[in-house]
Amino acid sequence: MNVSGLESSEFLPFAFAFLIGLSMLLYAILDGYDLGVGILSQSVGQEDRDRMIASIGPFWDANETWLVLGVGLLLVAFPVAHGIVLGALYLPVSLMILALVFRGVAFDFRKKAEPRFRPLWDRVFWMSSVVVALCQGYMLGRFVMGFEKGLYPQAFAVSFGMLVVAGYVLMGSTWLVLKTDGELQKLAIRWSRIAIWVMVMGAILSSMSAVFADTRIYDRMLAFPELTLLIVMPVVSVILTLLMHFLCGVLPLPDDKLSWMPFAIAVCIFVLGFVGLVYSFYPFIIPGKLQIVDAAAAPASLMVILAGAVLVLPFLIGYTMVAYYVFRGKARDLSYD
Amino acid sequence: MDAFLLSRLQFAANISFHILFPTITISLGWVLLYFKLQYRSSGNAKWMDLYFFFTKIFALTFSLGVVTGVTMSFQFGTNWPGYMNTVGNIAGPLLAYEVLTAFFLEATFLGIMLFAFRRVPSWLHTLATFLVAAGTTLSAFWILALNSWMQTPAGFEMIDGVAHATSWEEIVFTPSMPYRLFHTLLGSGLTVAFLMAGLLAYRWLRGDRGADVKSGLKVSLVLAAVLAPVQAVVGDLHGINTRDYQPAKLAAMEAHWESMNGAPMVLFALPDGKERRNRMEVSVPKLGSLIVTRDPNGYIRGLNEFEGFHPPVAPVFWSFRVMVGLGTLMILVAFAGVALLWKRRLLPDWFIRVLMLMMFSGWIATLAGWYVTEVGRQPWLVQGVLLTRDAVADLPPAHVGLTLTAYLVTYALLLAAYLASLFYLARRAGVAAEKGETVS
Repeated sequence: MNVSGLESSEFLPFAFAFLIGLSMLLYAILDGYDLGVGILSQSVGQEDRDRMIASIGPFWDANETWLVLGVGLLLVAFPVAHGIVLGALYLPVSLMILALVFRGVAFDFRKKAEPRFRPLWDRVFWMSSVVVALCQGYMLGRFVMGFEKGLYPQAFAVSFGMLVVAGYVLMGSTWLVLKTDGELQKLAIRWSRIAIWVMVMGAILSSMSAVFADTRIYDRMLAFPELTLLIVMPVVSVILTLLMHFLCGVLPLPDDKLSWMPFAIAVCIFVLGFVGLVYSFYPFIIPGKLQIVDAAAAPASLMVILAGAVLVLPFLIGYTMVAYYVFRGKARDLSYD
Repeated sequence: MDAFLLSRLQFAANISFHILFPTITISLGWVLLYFKLQYRSSGNAKWMDLYFFFTKIFALTFSLGVVTGVTMSFQFGTNWPGYMNTVGNIAGPLLAYEVLTAFFLEATFLGIMLFAFRRVPSWLHTLATFLVAAGTTLSAFWILALNSWMQTPAGFEMIDGVAHATSWEEIVFTPSMPYRLFHTLLGSGLTVAFLMAGLLAYRWLRGDRGADVKSGLKVSLVLAAVLAPVQAVVGDLHGINTRDYQPAKLAAMEAHWESMNGAPMVLFALPDGKERRNRMEVSVPKLGSLIVTRDPNGYIRGLNEFEGFHPPVAPVFWSFRVMVGLGTLMILVAFAGVALLWKRRLLPDWFIRVLMLMMFSGWIATLAGWYVTEVGRQPWLVQGVLLTRDAVADLPPAHVGLTLTAYLVTYALLLAAYLASLFYLARRAGVAAEKGETVS
């Protein structure tokens, strides 16, 4: 197998690292907005809560599947890395899974169990959304620190957990700006304005602390030309933040103009943050420990998966677009009949 | 307890809890499609009443299936790294194809199927129902291909202790795969038939006796009467396949400790693994050989040929009897139901109560069947290739104990909530019917 002059054994690991990265980024954006809506769901009354949850009802399951795909591809393409990551994170992974379990069923039980249990399931839904976000951020923090032990990496991971909560709140609130109207939309606009400041400032602070605490990241980032990237990214983020800030000052506009824009800005922020994060440890698949090329499974099996992925992904993107088209516009009450 | 035993218990708990839900959704999707098509061709509102009642149950069951499935996909990495390290080149593509071709398909179209009846043209809604059903079945195909490969591995070679694929056709269609696939799909159909009959029987007993309940009962009984005898035949063929490819499992199923010609059929026994014999055995001479080899004097290999490498006998032996017993009962009940419908047009109350009792018979038979095949493969994780004990992660036992406890508590809560919701949805459907709320 020869792809653009590279042997398949060299090309495949990077193709898979790219696919895994893409799945994780899509997961963070897509499940990010529905987790964010979950985190915000206890901040409003029952009627608005129903509308908020109705806005994510048709999508959340497919959104979560990106996590299954990302972790699944990690498992099949880099079994050794998968074992190290999930072994080191056994307890937070287990906690996150339990929270995902409760969150997934709360969606249904809140409407299908007896009405007296509804406040309970609503609370479960909110709580599990918070726990999922915290766990994911914490695990990402541990991962970035190469699973090092000690007070500083732990503190970093915990603050990263809170950062991810803020990030998901940003995704969730901007999603609600897009999918709701009236008072709830105004509330979501206020949330978006606060969330983006918290998120971007938090991200800049934690990048700084990572750069100066970790000599590896320091060496990587403070060398030329990487330094330009290190400077450009926060600057672009701050410009986007200011844009969001002023946009939120004028929204909602007549005919609901530009209500899509906060969500688009939030997506840009996520993409930027993701690129910065990946750049800090590339070409390692486990920061400081294991390189992408050293960790891959057998090329023949990877080729089989890659062929399947290339064949299936266009269909997947196509019918995902169909679903978003069917449920376009402002969220209405979800009923079966 | 050590981490090995705890990890095994945890995986057993996870997979047992998980299978309860997919075994319903795999077939219920097709039944929903049938209701939708009936509605499209007849215009009779009762079919949509049935459709909406069972889509609620489908949605609830589906989310439990998804979340418990996610749990398992993580456990391969957290608790069983040796599995992927050894056979990842085989298991990886099969799992990846399941996610790519099935998970996204069903997750995406489920939203349209559940919430878009009034938003999209009827044909698109019907298509979404079809794609969800196809997605669940495709998912079953891939995962059963992988499980069958673990039972009867083929199409690979071992290089430095790692399995490498040589033929994907042989890997996907291993000798046991067609039998296991059809056996599992039929089991799913029977589980759904009896679950539907039981839930509708519950509605009937509460005085909710509309046209939808009557038609639903009829559909589920006919479905059961068609599938149950076919399942008996497929199950028997599956047993013959096990004789040829996993003789140790078959010997454990039948509690045959010694190889012999003209082996008996053991009806009852307390298999004693220490003394390697049966206590209190009640058996029919030569019947065992007749069933398994089609010859009363046929030769059957006993557990003595696999000493040290055969499964624990008692759980396999008893699970097999529970499964076969329930399967037989299903045939009787389904035939009786169809006969009663034929002669009396209305089902008598005593039979309705029988249907309620049989409501979860499919679940029990499914679990028993999976215990036969999974415990029956032990001590191997992949038959002849990888021992279960060689795949386990070296985790602190306290951590695994903690997560196992958390899972067990969670699952007990969720099962209680699920069952309570099933009956609540059935009662609410009755209230809606009284108020005359129908789609038409």
